[in-house]
Amino acid sequence: MARSQDRRPGFSRRAQYGIFTGYVVAVLGLVAGVVLLIVSLVNPGAFGFARAAASEIARPAGQAGAETRVAGQSIFAAIGAYFNAGRQNAALSREVAAARANAVTMRAVQQENARLKALLGIVDPAQRPVTAARLIGSTSASARRFAILNVGSTSGVRAGQPVRAAAGLVGRVIEVGPDTARVLLVTDPENVVPVRRASDGLPAFIQGGSNGRIEIRLINMGINPVHKGDVFVTSGSGGIYPPNIPVAVATTPHRDGAEGHLASDPSEADFVLVLPIFQQNAVAALAESQKVAGPAPDGGN
Amino acid sequence: MPVLPRLPARPEDLVRNRINRAPSTWLATGLPWASIMLASMATFSPIVSSAPVLPPLAFMVLLAWRMLRPSLLPVWAGLPLGLWDDLFSGQPLGSAIILWSAAMLAMEAIDGRFLWRGFVQDWLAASALLAGYLVLAATFAGLAAGYPLPLSVGPQLLLSVVLFPVVNRAVALLDRIRLLPLRRL
Repeated sequence: MARSQDRRPGFSRRAQYGIFTGYVVAVLGLVAGVVLLIVSLVNPGAFGFARAAASEIARPAGQAGAETRVAGQSIFAAIGAYFNAGRQNAALSREVAAARANAVTMRAVQQENARLKALLGIVDPAQRPVTAARLIGSTSASARRFAILNVGSTSGVRAGQPVRAAAGLVGRVIEVGPDTARVLLVTDPENVVPVRRASDGLPAFIQGGSNGRIEIRLINMGINPVHKGDVFVTSGSGGIYPPNIPVAVATTPHRDGAEGHLASDPSEADFVLVLPIFQQNAVAALAESQKVAGPAPDGGN
Repeated sequence: MPVLPRLPARPEDLVRNRINRAPSTWLATGLPWASIMLASMATFSPIVSSAPVLPPLAFMVLLAWRMLRPSLLPVWAGLPLGLWDDLFSGQPLGSAIILWSAAMLAMEAIDGRFLWRGFVQDWLAASALLAGYLVLAATFAGLAAGYPLPLSVGPQLLLSVVLFPVVNRAVALLDRIRLLPLRRL
């Protein structure tokens, strides 16, 4: 294919100026992009209003997509279930029998727990979820990991609230529009979740690697006691995430922690719950003290 | 059994009368912009992923239009289209404005340098631009997250390079729809 004739204006002054102006605007656009990028790096929430408005525009499409996704998954699951129905039936019958025995034990433990707590005078604040919602989109082409919810400030959703699915933690709300909210997923590197090992309470924190994997880092250094298959749940420290939500399963232990995968894959969650911030007052007090102390010397995040 | 009316193989066959007709101005100028903006909204597709898996569709559509019809999109198209993409992509705002504007300028340079263009050359140019785009976009995202991201663009880059000719064909089909003679003169 030969080169287009359109960019060779010949002697027409008007065409020459038009092409020149085009280049000037393109370079100005580049400069404007640099300025906007610096502003949004310094102040990440600066353009939240524009993103929220854009999400509101795309909300109907995302909503339809989310419903299709759930329907599609259930079709495939139903087809897949036929292939190993017999084997699965036998396995499940065994599991149910074992689970029944466990449930009786658990009930006894629960009662004992309640009795002991009453003795000590501990009151657990029973927190109702803010609302249930669907995930209607995610930034599936970018290295940042955000998802979008189909509820917003009109349903009581506020920035900072944790989001969980049935299987585990999904992330926390960071920007809210009237009817949409942007969720920072656990797999984003900016999201650091304090956790403990479910079996013995070994403290650690979890940071996303933005490639679908997550990094489990131990707080106490030394001999690494993490094994493949260890389940980590939120510990409640930090005051944002309520305790005992499953977050990750360790897959490959290494020197100072382990690589793991998520307890709850956001693509499989049809509905998620937005929970209230676990310790609202503590989080507010922490933010206040940080404001008084000024920014951290390393630019902290 | 009644025979279903077959869809015509070519979009041109959708329009019966061709004499005394011209392409609709709105469709002819608006379709490239609309298709790129729609591709930006692929974020709202049914895929909710915990890793970056989709190729940068909107950028690929932009490149395909730019290669198919060099004079259709102005050189400054990266500014408005990139701004729109930034609202949806999750990148820090400004990232696509910079990269798309730079890509449009780079395409001008490529056009000026090579007198003749072919499929393989277009594909090579697109692959180079896609690689630069993905690496720089991941770098900007890492800056925004305040944490050096492990470069996980490999699979994404491979997928986008393989998919580029497909996107190119889809845009070529859109181009034929764009020029359907719908307006009566």
